[in-house]
Amino acid sequence: MSEKHLIKPYGDRKDDGRMQLSFTLPVPASARAKEAALRYVEKLGFRTVFIATMEPAGSQFSFFVAYGSAEPSLDFSVIEVPEVEAPEWSFKEINHLIEERLQRRIVVVGACTGSDAHTVGIDAILNMKGYAGDKGLEAYPWIDAYNMGAQVDNAALLTRAKEVGADAILVSQIMTQRDLHIDNSRQLIDLANKQGMRGTLFLLGGPRIDHKLARELGFDAGFGPGTKPSQVASLILDTLLKRL
Amino acid sequence: MQPLPIDESVVADCRALAATVAERMQSFIDAHTTVSIERTVLRAYAIDGADGNGTPLVNTCVDNVLKAGELGRGIAWSLGRAIAAGAASPQEAAEALAYGSASADVAITDAQIAEALQPHTDDALARLDGARRQREAARARLGVGPTPWKYVIVATGNIYDDADQARAAAEAGADIIAVIRSTAQSLIDYVPYGATTEGFGGTWATQENFRVVRAALDDQQEKLGRYLCQVNYSSGLCMPEIAYLAAIERLDMVLNDAMYGILFRDINPRRTLCDQYFSRLVTTRAGIIINTGEDNYLTTADAVDKAHTVLASQFINEAFAHQAGMPDSLMGLGHAFEIDKSLEDSFVLELSQAQLVRQIFPRHPIKWMPATKHKTGDIFWSHRVDGLFDLISVMTNQSIELLGMMTESVHTPLLQDRFVAIKGADYVFNAARHLGDEIHWNPAGKIVARAKEVLGEARTLLAEVAQEGMFAAIARGAFADVKRPELGGRGLHGVIDKRPDYLNPILSALESDSDGGDRV
Repeated sequence: MSEKHLIKPYGDRKDDGRMQLSFTLPVPASARAKEAALRYVEKLGFRTVFIATMEPAGSQFSFFVAYGSAEPSLDFSVIEVPEVEAPEWSFKEINHLIEERLQRRIVVVGACTGSDAHTVGIDAILNMKGYAGDKGLEAYPWIDAYNMGAQVDNAALLTRAKEVGADAILVSQIMTQRDLHIDNSRQLIDLANKQGMRGTLFLLGGPRIDHKLARELGFDAGFGPGTKPSQVASLILDTLLKRL
Repeated sequence: MQPLPIDESVVADCRALAATVAERMQSFIDAHTTVSIERTVLRAYAIDGADGNGTPLVNTCVDNVLKAGELGRGIAWSLGRAIAAGAASPQEAAEALAYGSASADVAITDAQIAEALQPHTDDALARLDGARRQREAARARLGVGPTPWKYVIVATGNIYDDADQARAAAEAGADIIAVIRSTAQSLIDYVPYGATTEGFGGTWATQENFRVVRAALDDQQEKLGRYLCQVNYSSGLCMPEIAYLAAIERLDMVLNDAMYGILFRDINPRRTLCDQYFSRLVTTRAGIIINTGEDNYLTTADAVDKAHTVLASQFINEAFAHQAGMPDSLMGLGHAFEIDKSLEDSFVLELSQAQLVRQIFPRHPIKWMPATKHKTGDIFWSHRVDGLFDLISVMTNQSIELLGMMTESVHTPLLQDRFVAIKGADYVFNAARHLGDEIHWNPAGKIVARAKEVLGEARTLLAEVAQEGMFAAIARGAFADVKRPELGGRGLHGVIDKRPDYLNPILSALESDSDGGDRV
C-alpha cells in the first residue's frame, strides 16, 4: 500500500480549494436571486463563496459565475483507472511490424452506429487525412480500412465485417439524450456474441467514451477525445501479435 | 468594405459552368417525380391525418397509387379523378384512394379531372400565399435586427422546452431560432405526426412542432418589438414535404441543400436532385430563405485544402436554386470557420474566404458557421475562438451567423451557453461595427493571393463537374471527399418516371410563378 497523497484544488495557494462554477437559476435576476445563488453554492459544501457576476439571461433566468473554497481532500494514491495498454508505435513502425511479423494486412471496419450521424470521430481515425498530423488508417499500406459512415445498423456492420474478414470493428458513438448510445453499443456486443464473432476486436470511441466504460459495455477497448489513429492501430496490432 | 481585387471574369466563368451543370440535370428532374413530391402535392390539397399506426394518410395514398402503377400520371390525376367521381372533398378522395373504396370503373375524362381540381389548386396556392403575407406583414411591422443576424439552436428533445428556451434566447438577443431535428429523421420516408416530448438528439420536424415554436415566437416578438425567425430542416427523404409544412406554418428559413443528403446521409442522388427542385419551388413561392450546408464539407474534408469545394458547391447550389426561380435574396449559402486553429495565419485564411464568399454573392443572405471540428472541451479557449469568428463575421458583413458555443463538442447548448455566446457576439459586433469600412486589401498580400487561389481552384473543379456531369462528379468524391454512386443510397425506389400524361397542377402553378424569378 503506497503512502497517502492528499490533494485538493489549487487556486492561488496550495490546498486553498478554490474552484469556479457557472450555472443558471430559473428565476429573474435580483438581489434575492443572487443571495439564492450564494446559498446554493454554500449548500454544495463550499466555503468563502463569492458570486462574481449575476447576469439576466432573459427575463426568467439568471446566470451566475461563482467561486468557492472546497473542503474535502482526496487521496490520490488510491485512484486507479484502467488504461489501454498498448505500445505507442509510429506509422512507420506499425507498417513495418505488420509486414515483418504479422505478414498479412490488417482489416478494419468502422461506423457510427444507430441513429448517430456524427462522423467526425470515425473519420479522424479512419480517413486518409487522420487527426492532428497523425495519418488515418486508410493511409496505412498494411491496413485495409473500411469506413461505413453514419447511421449504420448494428447487423449491417457485423455483416460487412464478416464479408471483408475484419480483424477489428471500430464503433464511434456521440452522446445522445437518455444514453441511447449505450443501449445501442451494448446491443452490438450482444449481437456479435450471438453470431459467435468474439474473435474480432471491438473498439469503441467517442467524445464521452473512455476505456472503463467501453470495457463495461463488453468492448475490448475504448478511446476518448484526442485519440490518434496510430494509438488505435498500435492496440489492434499489439493484440494480433500477442495471439500469434 | 473594399472588394478583394479578384478577376471578375473567373467569377463569371464559375457561374456559367455551374449553370451548365444545373441545366443539364434539369432534363432529368423534369422527366421524374418522387413519392415525396407526390405526397407534397397531397399536402398542398390539404390532405391531413394519420392512421392508428402513425402512418400519414398521404403516405398510404401515394403508396397505393404507386403499387397500382398509376403514380407516373401524378397523384393529382388519381385525386382529381376521385373528386370528379363524387368525393365531397380532396380529403375524402384521398381517404378513398388510401383505404380502398375508390372505383376505377367510372368513365371520367381528363377535362373533368382538371375541372375538379381547379378550385382546390386555387385554395392550395392561396394558403401558401396567405402564410407568406402574414409573415411579411409581421416582419415589416416589427423589423429585424441588424446583420449579422444571431442564429442559435435549441435542442432539448421536448418541443415545449424548446419553445421556452427559444423565448429565453430571444430575450438575450437572438434573432433566429433553429430547433434541432432528430438526426434519424433524414432517413425516414414519412413526416411524423404530432408534438414531440421525448426526442432523441432533437425533435421531429412535424407540423405540430412547427406550430408550437411559431406560436411562442409570435408571442415573444410582440413583447420584444423585434421580429423573430424560426428555422427547421427541409432535408432528407421528405425534403419537399417539410418545405411545404414550413411554408404554411410560417417558418422563415429551412436548411436545404442540393447535395447534402446525398453526401452526408447517403440518400440516392437522383431522389435528392428531384426533391430539392420541388422543395425550392415551394420555398420560393413561400418567401423562405434556404440555408445550404457547405459548412459540413469541412467537417470531413480539410478546410485549407478543400476550401474551393465549398465555393464550387455554393455556385452549384445557387444555380440549382435559380432553376427553381429562387431570387438571390432567399439563398443563404453556407460556409464555415473550420480551419485547424493550430495553423499559423489560420485567421488570415478564414478572413480571405469569408470576404471572397461575401463579395461573390452580394445579394445572398450568406450563412457563416462556427468552428466545431477543432474544438475541445476547453470552454475558455473555445470562447476565444468564437470571438475571432464573430470578428470576421462583422468585418465582412455576413448575413446570418450561427453562434459558436463554448461547449461545442461537450453537449447540446445549455441555456447559459447560449447567453454567453450572444453576449460575446453583441460585444464584438458593436465594437467592430464599421471596421470593415476601414479595410483596404494589400494587393500583394496573403489574403488576396489566397482568394485568387481558391477561386481559381473552384473554377477548375466546376469545369470538371460540367464536363463529367453532376452524377459522375458525386460518384468520384468531388465534394467533401465522399463518393456516392448514382444508383446507390436510400430512396431510389421512390423515383418514378413521369408519363406523358403526367398531371401536377401544383407544380405547374409553382413553375409558372418561378418563370418570373430573377435568374442571373
